[in-house]
Amino acid sequence: MKTNNTSGFIHISITLALAMCLRIVPLPGNMADFNPDWVLLTLIYWSLTLPERAGIFHAWTFGLLTDVLTGRLLGQYALAYALVIYLCLNLHKRLRNFPMLQQGLFIFFCLLLSQLLLFFIKNIQHPAQLHAAFWFPVFSGTLVWPIVYGALRLVRLPPRFR
Amino acid sequence: MVLDQKSPSINSLRSTLSFLVDPLKYLVNIPSVALEQTGDSINSYLNLKKENQNLREEQLVHQARLLKFSALEQENIRLRALLENSFKLGEQVLVAELLSVNMAPYEHIVVVNKGTRFGVHAQQPVLDANGVVGQVFRALPMTSEIMLITDPNHAIPVQVNRNGLLTIAVGSGQTNKLILPFLPSNADIHPGDLLITSGLGGNFPHGYPVAIVDEFIPQPNKAFTTVTATPKALLDRNRELMIVWSKSTPVPLTSKPTENKLEATNHENK
Repeated sequence: MKTNNTSGFIHISITLALAMCLRIVPLPGNMADFNPDWVLLTLIYWSLTLPERAGIFHAWTFGLLTDVLTGRLLGQYALAYALVIYLCLNLHKRLRNFPMLQQGLFIFFCLLLSQLLLFFIKNIQHPAQLHAAFWFPVFSGTLVWPIVYGALRLVRLPPRFR
Repeated sequence: MVLDQKSPSINSLRSTLSFLVDPLKYLVNIPSVALEQTGDSINSYLNLKKENQNLREEQLVHQARLLKFSALEQENIRLRALLENSFKLGEQVLVAELLSVNMAPYEHIVVVNKGTRFGVHAQQPVLDANGVVGQVFRALPMTSEIMLITDPNHAIPVQVNRNGLLTIAVGSGQTNKLILPFLPSNADIHPGDLLITSGLGGNFPHGYPVAIVDEFIPQPNKAFTTVTATPKALLDRNRELMIVWSKSTPVPLTSKPTENKLEATNHENK
C-alpha cells in the first residue's frame, strides 16, 4: 500500500469534507437522531489504514472544524476525536487483522467513548438532561461502519491496482 | 474550551475557521434548492396566475390596512408625547434565507445565509410574516445561527395583548409549543389570548406577536399554573426569515417641535 504522498493527503481531506457534509445533511423526522458521527468514522478508518498520514493532528484539526460546523463549544469534538484516534493509532496493527465483527465492537466502544466525552463536556457547561436519543448515533455508527469501511477502501485502493 | 465559553476573545478564530466550513453548508443546501427551483419552473401557467391573483388581493388588503396605520402611528406618537414617554419605533429588516442543514439534533437552531458581512450580529431578533421566530445566536461571516423560540434554552419576555400581563415564555423543545411557567394560578389569562413581545430585556422590540395561549386547566392547589402556547410563526415551514435591527435611539418626542410650532404661530399672531 504505497500511495504517494499527495494522493493520500487529497483522499483524506476530500473524504473528511464529504463526511462533514453528511454530518449536517437534513434528514426527515426522527432520522436526524440516528445520523452517525461520519467524521469520526472516517478518521478512524484513515488512522487504521494510513497511520503515518492521518494522525492525532488530523483528528484535532477536523474536530475543531466540526465544532465550528455544528456550532459547539470550540474544542470539544477536537478533544474527543484526538483521544479516540490516539487509541486507534496505538492499536492499529492489531485492529487491522481483526475480523469485521470484532472490529465493529471496537468501533462501538470508540464511538461510545467520544459520545461520553461530549456528554461530560456538555454537563460541565450546564447540567444537561440525558436524552436517550443522544446515544443513538453510537449504534447507527457501528451499523454503518462496514459501509464506511467498504467505501473508503474503494477510494484508497485504485492507485494500487493501476 | 473554557475560554470559548467564558470570553468572546476566541470568536475571531471561530469566524476564521468558518470560512473553511461554511462552503460545506452551502454545498449541503444545493439539493433542496435545486429541487425547489425545478418545482417552480415546472409550475403550470394556471397555478402561477392563480397565485398571482391571490397575492394581488392580499396586497390590496394590506395596503388598505396601512392607510390607516400611518395615521394611527402619528396619533400614537402624539399621545406618547402627551405622557412624556419615549419609545422605540421603526425597524430595519434584512430578508435571509434558511439553509437546509441540520446542526445538531434535539436543538432548535437553524442556519441562514446572511452573516456579519451583512451586518448581522448576535442577539438580533428574527421574525417571519406571522410572528417572532427567534434570535441570532451566533453570527459568522457568511452564515448565522438562529435559535428558535421553541429551543429549551430559550426564553422570551412576553405580554398578554389583552391586558398587558407580563410573563416569560420558555421553549419546550417541540416546534409547536411554548411554556409559560411563571404565572400565578389566579392570573388573568384565557385560552386564545395573543402573546406579544413586551420589549423588556432589550433584545426583542415591543409589540410583535409571539404565540397564542392554548387550552389549559387551572390547578387551584398549586402556586403556579403551567400554561402552554402555540407559536404564531410557522417555525418548521418557512424558508424566508427577517432579521431585524431595532433602532437604538428612541424616537424624539414630538412635543418639542409642536411646541415650537405653537410658539411660532403665537409669535406670528402677536
